[in-house]
Amino acid sequence: MGHPEIYPLVLTSKTQEIFNCRIDEDVTDEQPYKLIRKEDIFADFENRAAVSDFYPVKKIIQEYPGDELLLVYDKDFKYGLNFYLIGTEEGKENYLNPPEVPEEQEEYKEHIPEDIYIYKPPISKPWVSLGSEKEIEEESVKESTKEITYMISRKRSEFGAPVKFSDQNASSVKDAYIECTAYPDKKFTLKQLERDVGMQVVPKIKDTSTQTRWTYPKNATTQYYPREFSEEEKDALGQSKTLTEFLNNVSISVEIALQQNEIMNTFINDWKSLAEEEGTFGDKTDTHLKEYQSFTYMHNLTENMITCVSWHPIIYGLIAVSVAVRLSFEERVHFSGKLLLQPSLILFWSFSDPIQPQLMLESPDDIFCFQFCPSDPNIIAGGCINGQIVMWDITAHADRIENIKAGGSRSKNVTLKPMFLLEPETNTEAMYIRHCAVSSIENGHRKVITDIHWLPDTFEINRLGSVFENRSGISCQLVTCSADCTICFWDIRPQKALTPQPPPEKKKEESIEVPFDVPSTFLHLNLSWKPLSKIRLSKGETALDHCPTKLSLSEDSLLYKAQDKMLAQSKAMKAGEMNPYQNLEGGLGNYLKPIDDFCTKFFVGTEEGEVIYTDWKMEKDPETGRFMTKKPLSLYTVHDGGVHTIQRSPFYKDIILTVGGWNVAIWKEGIMTGPLLQSSCAPKRYTSGHWSLTRPGVFYIGREDGYIDIWDLLEKTHEPVQSQNICITMITYIKPWTFSAKQQFIAIADYYGTLHILEIPWTLSRPSTNEVSRISYYFEREVKHLEYVEQRKKIREEEKKEMEMEKKKVETYQKSKEQLEAKLKMDYESYLELEKDILINLGLIKVEETMSNKEMI
Amino acid sequence: MAEVEETLKRIQSHKGVIGTMVVNAEGIPIRTTLDNSTTVQYAGLLHQLTMKAKSTVRDIDPQNDLTFLRIRSKKHEIMVAPDKEYLLIAIQNPCE
Repeated sequence: MGHPEIYPLVLTSKTQEIFNCRIDEDVTDEQPYKLIRKEDIFADFENRAAVSDFYPVKKIIQEYPGDELLLVYDKDFKYGLNFYLIGTEEGKENYLNPPEVPEEQEEYKEHIPEDIYIYKPPISKPWVSLGSEKEIEEESVKESTKEITYMISRKRSEFGAPVKFSDQNASSVKDAYIECTAYPDKKFTLKQLERDVGMQVVPKIKDTSTQTRWTYPKNATTQYYPREFSEEEKDALGQSKTLTEFLNNVSISVEIALQQNEIMNTFINDWKSLAEEEGTFGDKTDTHLKEYQSFTYMHNLTENMITCVSWHPIIYGLIAVSVAVRLSFEERVHFSGKLLLQPSLILFWSFSDPIQPQLMLESPDDIFCFQFCPSDPNIIAGGCINGQIVMWDITAHADRIENIKAGGSRSKNVTLKPMFLLEPETNTEAMYIRHCAVSSIENGHRKVITDIHWLPDTFEINRLGSVFENRSGISCQLVTCSADCTICFWDIRPQKALTPQPPPEKKKEESIEVPFDVPSTFLHLNLSWKPLSKIRLSKGETALDHCPTKLSLSEDSLLYKAQDKMLAQSKAMKAGEMNPYQNLEGGLGNYLKPIDDFCTKFFVGTEEGEVIYTDWKMEKDPETGRFMTKKPLSLYTVHDGGVHTIQRSPFYKDIILTVGGWNVAIWKEGIMTGPLLQSSCAPKRYTSGHWSLTRPGVFYIGREDGYIDIWDLLEKTHEPVQSQNICITMITYIKPWTFSAKQQFIAIADYYGTLHILEIPWTLSRPSTNEVSRISYYFEREVKHLEYVEQRKKIREEEKKEMEMEKKKVETYQKSKEQLEAKLKMDYESYLELEKDILINLGLIKVEETMSNKEMI
Repeated sequence: MAEVEETLKRIQSHKGVIGTMVVNAEGIPIRTTLDNSTTVQYAGLLHQLTMKAKSTVRDIDPQNDLTFLRIRSKKHEIMVAPDKEYLLIAIQNPCE
């Protein structure tokens, strides 16, 4: 019943009358439709034309194939109007025959029950097991054990009795509570054997960040690169004519400008450069050293002298002094018994306590020289009179000496305070500290060690003298020179024994008991310490060798500078891991990189007053194939006595001061012709010397009469500028030290065992402007002077040669004159004879006549 | 070509001269005795300064022109000789 066939219509009552389809008369509920003939509709069209109700569907009616159309009364207004027309035959048929459709459905439904199903009651069959009883059994719950029944009874009277509760601690009563603690049961731990993880390959990225300098605070930046010419363009331009012309025109003015600058500096402010720097402390005219403090050790039986002085590199006001008995060799032998009772000491004096030394380091015999280790000032190495090296480790007492407050000692009145007013800082009794290790007696030096130095921590030396880099960062090697004509290099790290030591010796060493309070830093060295290499200063075939008294290596001046560096180092060591000196073995096995072109040459001063410049690197002797020490590069005898000071200037690495006998000499490393400056003989012997630490042209010389000479190269170079009396006896050691820009001290040790501390005045400690450059200029002039002298020497020699040559020529000339005369004479005589012979032969003269003729002639 | 090199060598051999360079009118270096980064920096900055100085001089008097520029600083003296197409720059350390 498709809707497109339905054409709703409104039929007026007039139309209904015409067509006999009046509502409720012709068209009823039972028969809501009416068949209308097409002809009737057409007649209606003719009669009523547009007024006809069928007019809207006129076309449909015209096209209608059949004769009769079906008109249905739409009582319910299903299609909107009261009648509708079905426009097709099919629709008509469908409308007329709709009841067939539900009938069909009903029929379809009735089909199923039409398959006759006869009910048969089920016949019982034997049960076939399909395996389900197993499951049933598994699922069923059965009692595994017999049920236990309890019967609990209680007296009836107790039921309902009043109950009294009280508190009780659960843990105090046994079995009052039962707990079920959790415990990890391994049965229930699951081990994850497989894991589902996603992976992705990404390119390697690196995150870095930098701090950029924000020169102009703006938030926009530009990145750019400059325009440049390529090489060909540059060449092309270079060849162009315009460039040549331009340069020709312009170079003249540029050269004038350049030359103007060369001639004179027009912008210099003459007034400004005249004046010295202002802001001086103290009086400018005051040039004397002022007495600050003095220390004497009172407790010894025999008289002492001070052999070596060293300031503590870090702690203010602490100075160490080595004391030896003041006896000659014979007297030593004579009093040897008495001397054994007396300990040989290094004393630590502090400014705060002039009576009692702070620490006393014991040694087996008198110490003649010692040094603090530059990497760790708690390690001290000293050279003994018997040729042994003694090592101390005062790390355990370091805090004791550090806590010494110098306190108020900036004033010079400390010595005037009575003793009971001085606050006792710590234990007032001085501590005796035993030495840590001594070197082997057989393998070391045989005679007194005259000088000892720590090698700086920047390099290391091996057995042959080659230089390697030092990875351990600490000074671990020493160099000593001794009166037995050898210079030895020592290493404080445990040596790998090349030859296995025979057991009996080992046992002996083990049996030596070390006192418990001695630190074991150098235990491996004790009594078995051998030098790394030995250099013998031989004079060639003669038996006498050079006897060295002092050494100067190239990097000694490290000790003076960088007190801050020391502090930083020591702090770092405390804060970080353990002290590297406790673990000396760690540094050995590493392969070290050799340092090329390192200057292995050094200066040695000898007992005879010579200054030798030699090399410590061993070279292979072509004949024997062994490694021999090289011959010294240069040797000069300038001093009349033993050289007791060789020192590099703290300002110039290659200027060396040597003091010995009665004069002073200054040398420059590399100049082989002679000293730059050699002073004339002084009235008194010079016994010690030292450069000033702050002024490049100033040095201090101590004399044997207790005077100190201060030389200033800028003022006078032939004599000292100033002489000051310090004490009554010979000055054995001078050591200045800078604590701050305003305070500089000089420690002067004398022969009677007193250590004087004096303060250096402002004028002597403060360099003037350009002093460094002026002094270096002075040295350059001296070098040029030496060269000139050399040149003159050469010229003179040549002149001399020439003069000799001329002389020779003159002599030969004279000689030849005489010869000529003699020759002439002989010729004449032979001629006479010849004449005679001829005359005889001619018979002109008879023989007798000839005889008489001869007589007549 | 040899003349150019010779002139530049002559200037360079004066006492105290640190470096010499020839720069074109746009500030691109042509010849130099210093390293590349320094050259480029000097060339760029001095070129601009020279242009400014030149324009200053000509603004004051249009018939005047810049012939030489010398900049003296604490450490050295920079000399610039300008031209229509090129710039010659010399840096000297006036000895004290």
